[in-house]
Amino acid sequence: MSAATQDTAVSTGSFTRAFLYLVLILFALFYLLPLYVMGVNSVKPLTEITGGNMMALPSVWTLEPWRQAWSTAQIGVEPTGLKPYFLNSILMVVPAVAISTIVGALNGYVLTKWRFRGDTWVFGLMLFSCFIPFQIVLIPMAVVLGKLGLAGSVPGLILVHVVYGIGFTTLYFRNYYASFPTELVRAAMIDGAGFFRIFWRILLPVSGPIAVVSVIWQFTNIWNDFLFGVSFGGTSQPMTVALNNLVQSSTGVKEYNVHFAGAILAALPTLLVYIVAGRYFVRGLMAGSVKG
Amino acid sequence: MGFLDIRNVTKSYGSVEVLHRVDVAVEEGEFLVLVGPSGCGKSTLLNMIAGLEGISGGEIAIKGRVVNGVHPSKRNIAMVFQSYALYPNMTVGQNMTFGLEMHGVPKPEREEALSRVAKLLQIDHLLDRKPGQLSGGQRQRVAMGRALVRNPDVFLFDEPLSNLDAKLRVDMRTEIKKLHQSLKTTIVYVTHDQIEAMTLSTRIAVMNKGHVQQLGTPKEIYDTPANVFVATFMGSPAMNLVPATVVMEGGVPHAAVTDADGTPRHLRFSQANLAAWAGKPILLGIRPEAITDPEGADRKSANIVALANRVGVTEPAGSDTFVTMQLSGKDIVARMRADALVAPGQVFDFAVNMEKAVAFDPATEERIAP
Repeated sequence: MSAATQDTAVSTGSFTRAFLYLVLILFALFYLLPLYVMGVNSVKPLTEITGGNMMALPSVWTLEPWRQAWSTAQIGVEPTGLKPYFLNSILMVVPAVAISTIVGALNGYVLTKWRFRGDTWVFGLMLFSCFIPFQIVLIPMAVVLGKLGLAGSVPGLILVHVVYGIGFTTLYFRNYYASFPTELVRAAMIDGAGFFRIFWRILLPVSGPIAVVSVIWQFTNIWNDFLFGVSFGGTSQPMTVALNNLVQSSTGVKEYNVHFAGAILAALPTLLVYIVAGRYFVRGLMAGSVKG
Repeated sequence: MGFLDIRNVTKSYGSVEVLHRVDVAVEEGEFLVLVGPSGCGKSTLLNMIAGLEGISGGEIAIKGRVVNGVHPSKRNIAMVFQSYALYPNMTVGQNMTFGLEMHGVPKPEREEALSRVAKLLQIDHLLDRKPGQLSGGQRQRVAMGRALVRNPDVFLFDEPLSNLDAKLRVDMRTEIKKLHQSLKTTIVYVTHDQIEAMTLSTRIAVMNKGHVQQLGTPKEIYDTPANVFVATFMGSPAMNLVPATVVMEGGVPHAAVTDADGTPRHLRFSQANLAAWAGKPILLGIRPEAITDPEGADRKSANIVALANRVGVTEPAGSDTFVTMQLSGKDIVARMRADALVAPGQVFDFAVNMEKAVAFDPATEERIAP
């Protein structure tokens, strides 16, 4: 299939091609500009930034801003750096992504292969949850977390993100499994495999592409979330909230180099996820859309 | 009581009954084919035997044990699906032994069963491949292998050949028949292809609109169809049906028809009890191969009737030549020898084997039994 799709590009003359590349490279440079600014300014001393050109390469190279952002910068009232918050984010994002993806896969499996009366309604309601703005649920969510005794804790945040993510993950997996032949499930039933065995041995091994989509989507959303983090984080606030507290601090000197380093630190994990799994992303999103 | 008993089984979805009181007893070693047009309920019935669909009424018993409500895996059946339903992530070997593994059969026994069946089906060189790397015919074999490994009481086939190309389909048909002859297993086989039904089965159940129209051996179904539906569904080209009137001549019932030029003709029946229908209209059913040139007529038949008629169209098909002509205002087809000299527009002397003719009541469309 891949061999067949390679030739579909319109063939052009070499001049047109060179022009295309030039335009594309210019655009790419333009989009990379902010990253460049962040990069160079995170490795120069503060005096170079305040006294001169933001675009220039540093005359004195230093990793001090990175060290400070990571371990000693003033976050709120504590000089802890971003390290503990980074850890909070990891502790929150890994279980939240894992749980919401697994639950979404199970939901998709049940909604397509173990249909029941009213299943389209259930799916419709879950879809509906994708369209509810975060702000609307803040107060009810606070009440629920309070009642469960999970307010201001990492498990509380995990619960919030799982509940919010299930709508999306269910949508992904349901649509993916809808094109999975039901005869395979029937064959496995006759072969004697039960509900979980069929899921584990037959469906899950071919769910790679859609699982990657689900993981990328959930990871970026949960990692980048600010509102839930600041509302329900309590003493275990995630990275985004800490970064805000670092950058928006209104006392003392604005240490731009430290801020730039901190911002890059906060963006690194999602960047990594995209680089590692990104090529599956488009493949997974397109899966089942075209017969072939 | 049979090996597989289907007793008064009905299936309804809500208030719509799609399968009406089906009653079939299958003996051990029998090859039962359920045949009918799409939507006749044949696949539903098969799925009910497999346990993939619930039974709304009546009961199904395998080896004397009622299996209503028994899980598919506990009925000791195996099924071959139309799409083969091979697990794409497993190798051929894993596909075939998955059922045994799920039933807790120890590994050495699984390996032994696998190699026995793989040899039988000549797929032992494919065991490490994934289904995606196999051709259609090979997948078909693996799907059958997966069923055979289990050594079940009943095999269920759901249109297993319909995804193959024409030549492979004929080869695999012979293969299945060979397997059945050597293994003597009990098989229920669903198809919409009447030739598959005729060639494979020991008995056929012709189904339409949720009813079993006729249950019988291929010969019974072909020669003495119970009604107009069975007569036209089984056989290719279909049985010729022409309106006729029963007249008595010399005390013997004849079918009064008109030929292509409008001349009345009387064809003598072999069936004496049609005398009771004297003066009444009937539907006369004649298979294409019962209308031939005089030299090609069946020598053992005691009732060959000559019929001169104007030829409409000739269609040489290599092995036979099909001739279309008008009888009582209907187009009918005759199957001639390939080298019969027939020309369009010519009046030709046909020989009609009236021993094979059947008569239907035009009101009920049921056959008038002798």
